[in-house]
Amino acid sequence: MDELNTLWVYLSASPIMSIMVTLAAFLIASRINRLAGGSAFLHPVIVAIALIVAFLMLIDMTYQQYFEGAQFIHFLLGPATVALAVPLYDHLERVKQMFWPLIIACISGIITAAVSTIAIVVGMGGSRETVLSLTPKSVTSPIAMGIAEKIGGYPSLTAGLVLVTGAIGCVIGPLLFKALKINDHSVQGFTMGLAAHGFGTAQSFTVSSVAGAFAGLAMGLTGMLSAFILPLVVRFLGV
Amino acid sequence: MDAMLFGFLVLLFCQFLGELIVRYLDWPFPGPVVGMVLLLIGLIINGGVPQGVRQASEGLLTYLALLFVPAGVGLMVHYRLIAADGLVIATALVLSTAVTLLVTGVLLNKLAAKHIESADQANEEKGHG
Repeated sequence: MDELNTLWVYLSASPIMSIMVTLAAFLIASRINRLAGGSAFLHPVIVAIALIVAFLMLIDMTYQQYFEGAQFIHFLLGPATVALAVPLYDHLERVKQMFWPLIIACISGIITAAVSTIAIVVGMGGSRETVLSLTPKSVTSPIAMGIAEKIGGYPSLTAGLVLVTGAIGCVIGPLLFKALKINDHSVQGFTMGLAAHGFGTAQSFTVSSVAGAFAGLAMGLTGMLSAFILPLVVRFLGV
Repeated sequence: MDAMLFGFLVLLFCQFLGELIVRYLDWPFPGPVVGMVLLLIGLIINGGVPQGVRQASEGLLTYLALLFVPAGVGLMVHYRLIAADGLVIATALVLSTAVTLLVTGVLLNKLAAKHIESADQANEEKGHG
């Protein structure tokens, strides 16, 4: 029994446990999502997080212990953020053609998202940490986490809320486009990529390749511009 | 294989430069974002995406969703804050996302319509000339 215990202590201190659990949970979550017909409510990332949280509670492992190992997967978010420059470069011609409409819509969308979030949370009496963690919610996770860290929110809380925002956007977006008669795929895609980042981009690719391309573009642009605009908005509003 | 390793090294080097610049100049932006801008400038100067850089980027971006998971599990640490501000958070997420979609969609629809018109006019003028 003692030997087993020592073995368990050794294994749970090694990164191998956390990495295996993360990959296994993601694979199971992807399978569940496929079985559910790719519903935005059961996004693989959200299901995987729920599975891992349940598992950690079951074996009584803290988040710090888990992250000790999982940080090797987490680390790759840095180079992945840099990698977003490649699709952005691929769409450079499009950006040049529609430069000003896209920039104006993007900046307006970013400020709308931030100011409406701050107004609602402050108006309803939420804590300062909640405000600052929620402000970058429409920005793609790797950038949103960096922004949250810079402005004083909790990056890990932001990461989770960003994912939930994406799922919500995928549900609301198509209903809104129908109600407002916004039929142009480039407009639809750009709007989805701005408000619902990677989730919106993935969904837009199922509408058409034009919608997908513009969503990816919006995700990259929003991420880049938000990193510059949001710290200024927060400072300006004195949150 | 060498090309892909080179591509990954390029991504890491851009991130490294980005972190250096952010720390040195005390900018309020994340280092990897500055790294992304540096890579974009590099690609524009180079006039194309080197094979290895494309391979490494596509490899990482294919599994982008997986990379969010470790940080997302961190939600469990904040259960007290989520329990205390749960209604506020849910309201803000739903309302703000709806308003953002509305403003961006309507605005770009108008601006893009104008853009298409001006593109048509430019074509007409070309035709007349």
